[in-house]
Amino acid sequence: MTNLFNSKLSVINVGVSDFAEPIISYNAKVINVDWKPPGNDEKVARALSLLVNSPEVEEANHKSFQRYLDSQPTLVGVKPASKVIECMNEKTIMHSGPPITWEKMCSPMKGAIIGACIFEEWEKDHKSAEKALESGAINLVPCHHNGAVGPMAGIISPSMPVWIVDDPIHNSTYFCNLNEGLGKVLRFGANDSEVINRLHWMKEILGPALGKSLEKLEPLKLKPLMAQALHMGDEVHNRNVAASGLLLKRFTAAALDADIKSTIISELVDFISNNDHFFLNLSMSACKAMMDAAHGVPGSSIVTAMARNGTDFGIRVSGLGDNWYKSPAPVINGLFFPGYDSTDANPDLGDSSITETAGVGAFAMAASPAIVQFVGGSAADSIKNTKLMSHITHGHNDAFTIPQMDFSATPACIDVRKVVDTSIMPIINTGIAHRKAGIGQIGAGITKAPADCFSQAVIALAKTFSE
Amino acid sequence: MNMITGTRIIADLYRDSVSLMKISSRLDSLPNVIQASCIMATPANINLLLEAGLLSSEIAAEPNEVLIAIEAEDKTSLNEALDLAENELRQRASTNSNREQKSESSEPFSQEMALDINTEANLVLISTPGPYAAAEALKALKLGLNTMIFSDNVTIEDEILLKEYANKKNLMVLGPDCGTSVINGVPLGFANVVKKGNIGIVAASGTGLQQVICLIDEGGGGVSQAIGTGGRDLDSRIGGLSTIQGIKALDKDQETSVVVIISKPPSLKVVDSLIKKVKKMSKPAVFCLFGSNIEDPKVKNIYITETLEDAARTALSLSSNSIEKNIAHKNETRILELLNHVPKVSNNGRYLRALYSGGTFCYEALSLLNGKLEELHSNIAFPKSTLMSNPWESRGHTLLDLGDDLFTRGKAHPMIDFSIRNERLMEEASDPETAVILFDIVLGHCAHTDPSSAIVPIIDQIKSNKENPPPLMIGFICGTEGDPQNLFSQKSNLKKAGVLLANNNAEAVRLAAKVIENL
Repeated sequence: MTNLFNSKLSVINVGVSDFAEPIISYNAKVINVDWKPPGNDEKVARALSLLVNSPEVEEANHKSFQRYLDSQPTLVGVKPASKVIECMNEKTIMHSGPPITWEKMCSPMKGAIIGACIFEEWEKDHKSAEKALESGAINLVPCHHNGAVGPMAGIISPSMPVWIVDDPIHNSTYFCNLNEGLGKVLRFGANDSEVINRLHWMKEILGPALGKSLEKLEPLKLKPLMAQALHMGDEVHNRNVAASGLLLKRFTAAALDADIKSTIISELVDFISNNDHFFLNLSMSACKAMMDAAHGVPGSSIVTAMARNGTDFGIRVSGLGDNWYKSPAPVINGLFFPGYDSTDANPDLGDSSITETAGVGAFAMAASPAIVQFVGGSAADSIKNTKLMSHITHGHNDAFTIPQMDFSATPACIDVRKVVDTSIMPIINTGIAHRKAGIGQIGAGITKAPADCFSQAVIALAKTFSE
Repeated sequence: MNMITGTRIIADLYRDSVSLMKISSRLDSLPNVIQASCIMATPANINLLLEAGLLSSEIAAEPNEVLIAIEAEDKTSLNEALDLAENELRQRASTNSNREQKSESSEPFSQEMALDINTEANLVLISTPGPYAAAEALKALKLGLNTMIFSDNVTIEDEILLKEYANKKNLMVLGPDCGTSVINGVPLGFANVVKKGNIGIVAASGTGLQQVICLIDEGGGGVSQAIGTGGRDLDSRIGGLSTIQGIKALDKDQETSVVVIISKPPSLKVVDSLIKKVKKMSKPAVFCLFGSNIEDPKVKNIYITETLEDAARTALSLSSNSIEKNIAHKNETRILELLNHVPKVSNNGRYLRALYSGGTFCYEALSLLNGKLEELHSNIAFPKSTLMSNPWESRGHTLLDLGDDLFTRGKAHPMIDFSIRNERLMEEASDPETAVILFDIVLGHCAHTDPSSAIVPIIDQIKSNKENPPPLMIGFICGTEGDPQNLFSQKSNLKKAGVLLANNNAEAVRLAAKVIENL
């Protein structure tokens, strides 16, 4: 108080903006806060106030963030899921997003799971597959619970080949399925013979060829590759053109070196070069590695996963163990392919928002002005979006820089406290699936994470300190 | 007449209650609009609209939406008013610019963001809805910032928590329910424009603080700091945490040579410990504590006064190293002088009706009239007066604090919005039992920009009623020459309207008592 008398008064005004006027007229400094009730709920506001600038949380976040920065996701191989993922030994299928029962799944996810049952030859047709799933004969588990991630429906079944990404710093391993391309594909719920045949080709030809090629390569550090792609106009979520090209460059030489038939190399090059999203699944596993490194620090308010299963949107928080905090999955604001509109859209789907969680994707939107066009925005908007996100992150990741912003680092590691305090919601770039299984992608756009799950997390985190 | 009501919801928009009330009162003043309200659609606010008859049934709206509800005489007027409201609301939104479009140059969304922009900030002024205010205040303290809580409806448990935390961190909590303060010469909240000087004030009362600084300014003195502590600070549960901190700070402050301590009825135990602390002070201290009957401790540096006026005058004389003698006698003489100007009360009324916008004035009046007038009724609890069970109906001598939540529900404070007081003024004037109406006019930042224009038309209307001879109207203005409303023209407008103007509340109350005694 005595210090206050001896210094120049400088005010932060929270609430009635008119109170700033007399202060200004006395040449004292005043900043108006554009205040909204945190979480629109007194209990949330209260819980938040206990966490703001709390030394325990700050220290935990610092530790969590450092682990995120330290992680070094490295591509080491491609193998069938059953060989490398523990839970894949039985009749088990992994899906995207937080845990969900068969009954509550959206139609594209159901279609994809039925397709996987047929692909695995557990069931011979749709009807019997559906019956088996209804009876609970097949285990359905989230990718996120098993060190894995998957775009859209995110289906991984035991004989599917998966990327294997090691984090040697934290001695852990992560997985993601291989990208099938656009159009009629399993991850959008398509499951006819064309889709199943492609999955077989990926299992028998593509997977082994990639695996063999990789043996000829030094373990491939993914962060430098992603950083390079950011400088080439990708944000490595919804735009992976550059990264996929960079990856193909490495693979072509390695495949030629390996003992692979030239017809197969030609198929491989053809498949990858025709799929601009081929890198997405690697970007996602790298991001999963970084975020799992940050997970599990008691007291930390850093978000370590944002994931959607087409029904729920869920987040996990470093200091809150394996719990998910869920809200209904939002509908996406975007551009639709001709013949479709928002009434055809499935609510938000897939684990790919792990990219935003790790500070790329929409958080690096300024690197990828082409993406903003999905919502009719300008290049300037892409910079604004990235800057806006920096208000809700713990820090910035020097590994990822943005040429357009004078090579400043991307905002990284969302802090639930800041999301609730500012009402700025994390932005996510994403594809839009048709609500009916099998039609595929019908558009792309930008969505915001729903507020309520962050409020729940703030309440839960505050509770861990009061207990 | 066929009245119709209509509503409109604006999604995902937050406006503070003062902005919303301003828009509401603008809509109210439209021709053909019966009543109108813009609210944040919380369950409590929706209930208010249901009670007011602005909603006929429950409405599906979320707390993060603004609900406009209007009752009008016809459909065209209704739609026009709804459009106008929506425009006003959206305009404010666009001048504040869209959240999405914001870059680093625009308004921050949280205290932490504000602190990033201005790392030298040292005080957070909080006027959010009450239940959120404690949380914002705790955030401020945790960020190492002093805080002034303008908001009311903060629980006493929260107040204790905040003040104890602040004490540990050597930070200050002004409030809650702190309407006014002057820190380093800068007015905060509803504050008057006063000269800088050597009198420091600690007040557990908003209008009490305003009255004292105005009288100091009028008397040629100045204010070093005026610290509002919130009305409950001298409650035994709080123990005067902020008051004690304020006194200590003023004792150390080189600009301050006299300290004034004001409170609504305090806890005697707290006052005892306060006096013990003040005794150790090197500077003289003037106390004005209503309803406490504290004995003069007979210590050299402590002065006990009965009224805000006396406190101001004592502080003024101490600040110039002289001691004013015979204050009581001088007061008496002035009242007698004023009485000469009082016209004969022409009706048959016998009672005083005091309609205050400043709560402390009501306490002061009750304390002064105790023993002078029988049968005092009020909506605030005070020793030896009756707490009214129905404050909407006056009985005997009635003294009202119209800033009470009961009267202000859904409306702005009566210092800003005159509608509640004007209605009551009309009622009291038409009550044949009323002999004298007493009212205050508070000037300063954030108060009504031209109060005389809000009240004079009602007074004119009362006087024009030939069937019912008007009661005597006594008023006083709490304000300074520096205030934005122009003190001089406010005075002359009220005088022209026939209001007998006293210098301050104590004088007005004593005058009113004499008039009634002489009936």
